[in-house]
Amino acid sequence: MTEHADAGARDQSQLTQKRMLAEHFDALAHAKERGRKIVYTFVPGNVTELLGALDLLPVLPEINALQSGMRGRSVGYIAEAEKAGHSKDVCTYVKCDVGMLRSGNIGPTGQRLPEPDLLLLSYTGCFTFMKWFEILKQEYDCPVVMLHVPYQTEGTITPEMRAYVVSQLERNVIPALEKVAGRKLDMDELARRLDLSARAEEDLVRVWESARHRPSPIDGYFGGVYYVGPIFSSFRGTEEAVRYYRELRAEVDERVRQKKGPMTPDGEVPEEKYRLVVEGPPNWTSFHDFWRMFSKEGATVVSSTYTRVGGLYDTGFRHDARRPLESLADYCLGCYTNLGLPARLDLLERYVKTYEADGFLVNSVKSCNSFSVGQLLMLRKLEERTGVPGGFIESDLVDPRYFGKANIENRVQSFLQMLETRRRLGPGAPLPERKEARRSLPVLDERGLP
Amino acid sequence: MNDPAAAVLERARALVEDRKLSTVTRWKESHPGALAIGHMPVYVPRPLLEAIGCMPVALFGGGDAIDIIRGDSYFQSYICHIPRSTVELALLGDLSPIDGVLFPSICDVIRNLGGMWRMLFPEKYATYVDLPQSFEPDIGGAFYVLEMRRIARELAERGARPLDPARLGEAILRENERRAAIAELDALRREASWRCRASEAYLLVRAGGVLETREHTALIHEFLACARRRSGRPVDNVRVVLVGSFCEQPPLELVRALEKSGCEIIDDDFQLGMRMIDGPIEIAEGEDPLVALSRAYLEKGRDTASRYIGDLVKGAGLVRRVRESQADGVLFAAASFCDPALLDQPMLEAALTKAGVPHTSFKFSENMGQFSVIREQAGAFSDAVKLWGAEGAAP
Repeated sequence: MTEHADAGARDQSQLTQKRMLAEHFDALAHAKERGRKIVYTFVPGNVTELLGALDLLPVLPEINALQSGMRGRSVGYIAEAEKAGHSKDVCTYVKCDVGMLRSGNIGPTGQRLPEPDLLLLSYTGCFTFMKWFEILKQEYDCPVVMLHVPYQTEGTITPEMRAYVVSQLERNVIPALEKVAGRKLDMDELARRLDLSARAEEDLVRVWESARHRPSPIDGYFGGVYYVGPIFSSFRGTEEAVRYYRELRAEVDERVRQKKGPMTPDGEVPEEKYRLVVEGPPNWTSFHDFWRMFSKEGATVVSSTYTRVGGLYDTGFRHDARRPLESLADYCLGCYTNLGLPARLDLLERYVKTYEADGFLVNSVKSCNSFSVGQLLMLRKLEERTGVPGGFIESDLVDPRYFGKANIENRVQSFLQMLETRRRLGPGAPLPERKEARRSLPVLDERGLP
Repeated sequence: MNDPAAAVLERARALVEDRKLSTVTRWKESHPGALAIGHMPVYVPRPLLEAIGCMPVALFGGGDAIDIIRGDSYFQSYICHIPRSTVELALLGDLSPIDGVLFPSICDVIRNLGGMWRMLFPEKYATYVDLPQSFEPDIGGAFYVLEMRRIARELAERGARPLDPARLGEAILRENERRAAIAELDALRREASWRCRASEAYLLVRAGGVLETREHTALIHEFLACARRRSGRPVDNVRVVLVGSFCEQPPLELVRALEKSGCEIIDDDFQLGMRMIDGPIEIAEGEDPLVALSRAYLEKGRDTASRYIGDLVKGAGLVRRVRESQADGVLFAAASFCDPALLDQPMLEAALTKAGVPHTSFKFSENMGQFSVIREQAGAFSDAVKLWGAEGAAP
């Protein structure tokens, strides 16, 4: 997903990904002079195959924001947006993006990002997306097209939901994209790309499922965000993505054969002590510090929900060239944050059991109500259902003021110690008592101080 | 001199403060087997519920009336207050007359609260109402019709009457009468605010959340008749439009504090759901009333943060309201951590600044008890507008 800032040894797939991303950002930087058209859209519910079939280049503002967080730029960008009147209470991805825009719109490779020719509002699983593009609409003189994706309250896709999304694709989205592209959509080209997507998805799922092995050859959260990079962003439906995931799968298969643990910023994990499932996005501003809190203790994340926000492939979904628009609709509808809380809980339970986790951890981020609201209840319910203990930490996506390193590290260590104690006590050890009253993230004052 | 409207206002206040929903309990006793269906802000199609024999009950959280003890344990500190107090009320048993709750699409907090409800109270009905963000009749409109049919069908499985077009048509007519009464109330506020203060309109409209439509309309008419007998004279306050309070409601005392500060709130978005449709819901000759209800939302739904702006110009609706009501300025009053209101605010502020409309902003929480800082801020705003007009009150 981004450059592996302080990694030591690198797998070939990481180098491949780095090259792919560099080429993409280079294409963006030179898009206008080469006559390429630009569409800004969001990761969940993105219809990259449609864009690719019309030779349109996507820009994903969440990816820009998280990249800014990893490069230490987000704090300044957020301050810029707050100075312009954006509230301290709202999503820091939005503020980071607005601040970046006002600071010259320089992307992660140091090149300027092009302005959009169209804002494709894939309104999937996150209310803030709608406001975000309303804000960008004021900044850019370009049209917006809405793709309203209904919410899966029951965790199932009904024919009515699918028909609604398909209608919008046919009547609104495709015509808007065709207008920008200056040509008609070639359905054969779309089908070809959907077929490529399915092939990459198949290999990605095999990578995820490799975590059933002991030791797990992958970290499905910290490492996982790299694995989903190409498929979340601009490469779904391309030959490059197919090659990348084939290469990644081969590497992971080899690690399984050699009984190796995952690669981390400090090299390979020598011993897998704890297997965890994580719910919620990571913090990006201290991403590697955060990762080390786990890796140095021998804790491997065997599965995570954040890596499913850009598509839920391990429940069987694949893009399907035989039913192109319906399958794009099902993809959009199936993104993780578009699922009702009971369905999210079912999925977490499945991950805890399938991957034989010793514990699960919620990283609750201030910026993302779509993820965060309900997590405290999910924690209790998941403990009840699985008998596996949960932990709870709080941070933010890209606002470093909400990443209390010492506090988070203490909580992670306490949680892992508790897992160790339970292991010594043996099966049936009691779960931790949950106190109802709790203290969580500090509320910042007007000066931005806790 | 006695206030001719005192008694009706007292009745409205009692209804608003009746957190144990005794009115709903009495209604259920007189309608054996019928369902009371709660709904969160902002908007749900209340006529649909009435048409299938349900009593729609607006839920606005616990306000400043309860201490939040258990509700806090379900939410992080950076979540707004209304879900905490709503869960607290439910865990206290105060919502026991309610057989189910609708969670309309306003934001991720209310959406996820619906999911929590299903886990916390599995014996009760809970569903999400996915209001369309596509405003084309045969796309978004058709989807919304199906969404309403789904809700009607699911409630019928739990004891509600099957959906009948004739009954829905009657419910829509009753809703139109209520809407006309509220419009009359709003007009009185704009034209003779000393006869109807914002704090009074707040009580009168909110009281309708626990009343059948016809009863609510009668309550407003009764007030209007009394208010017109009130003596009094215009006060030298600045006329303001208040925006941002469409979901979590400010404490009534905060509204009164604003009035005392010199701000006459002549338009607002408190309990916006009751005013969401701008004008009557018109049923065309031979039209399915469900389609008419859907069409009204698409074509006449009021601009608010939870509704996609589409091709319209952001803030244009607010500027128009300011002009039409001859307001002097705008107060932004958002609940703390309210994503829709706070994400909208910079865009609306920009539109107002461009139009030369003075504005100021503050945040509140439904359970706040100290208003002096906000009162001083509003007072300073009022003075600045009075003394120097738009230029002097520029933020």
